[in-house]
Amino acid sequence: MSDHAADLKKHVRAYILVFVTLMVLTLVTVAVSTLHLEVHEAIIIALVIATVKGSLVACYFMHLISERKLILWVMFLTVVFFLVLLAVPAFTVHDRIGA
Amino acid sequence: MSDIPIPYTVAARPDTGLNNGKIGIWLFLASEVMLFGALFATYILLRVGAPVWPHGREFLNIPLATTNTIVLISSSVTMVMAWYSLKMDQFNRFRLYLGLTILCGFGFMFIKYLEYSHKFELGLYPKTNTFLAIYFTMTALHGLHVVGGMCVNAYFWGPGAKLWKTDKEQFTNRVENSGLFWHFVDLVWIFLFPVLYLL
Repeated sequence: MSDHAADLKKHVRAYILVFVTLMVLTLVTVAVSTLHLEVHEAIIIALVIATVKGSLVACYFMHLISERKLILWVMFLTVVFFLVLLAVPAFTVHDRIGA
Repeated sequence: MSDIPIPYTVAARPDTGLNNGKIGIWLFLASEVMLFGALFATYILLRVGAPVWPHGREFLNIPLATTNTIVLISSSVTMVMAWYSLKMDQFNRFRLYLGLTILCGFGFMFIKYLEYSHKFELGLYPKTNTFLAIYFTMTALHGLHVVGGMCVNAYFWGPGAKLWKTDKEQFTNRVENSGLFWHFVDLVWIFLFPVLYLL
């Protein structure tokens, strides 16, 4: 990350913009939950918004957007394993003992 | 005994291009992703396998949780501003922002205390049903992380800040690493909030 003061000032503008976006998305998430959508629709919308919010936090507050490739690779691999872990329950659908 | 300096606390290692603290905290966060990942996978397994699953609003207080989300997001901004203040050589502003971050942490835990105590008054415990079991497990583990982050931040706000006088860059790096953990805690809550309260 650049140490120049001018670059850092740009960062502050980005932090404020991300903060406002996160607040708006939080309110959108709550508002959508009051619409009584079908469960699968509600899950998709809520997780898409949460993923956008999480990405903003990781990219800007945690500076992943300007981080070195080594860190990006570590986190990419972690996310892959995380997704595999989440998919494990899906494998159990066809895994019936004695079936 | 002579003092042996710990290498690569500030300078980047030639092989990784990063100081040891930075690579260490990211590897730790990777392990934390898998820890919470296991709990999210458990949640999916329990929910998919259950014949009926309650909506979060049947048991949980959405306005309080929304307030907690706002508190935690605000604390992430103050945390990153604390680090930025050190980068700009403004120690007093650092103390102000880090102090606000710690206060937000107290605010989050106080609201969590209100939520938990209300549940207990109603006789709702982890043993009551599967939904509450996973709710208490995930939010309590997250709460412990908030407390852990607050302790580290309090150390850097207080006695740990002595390092600023002798090695500004190392102190700034330490605060950055503490901030990375704090933002991760915020990130976990961003997913916990809709999954437990809104779906």
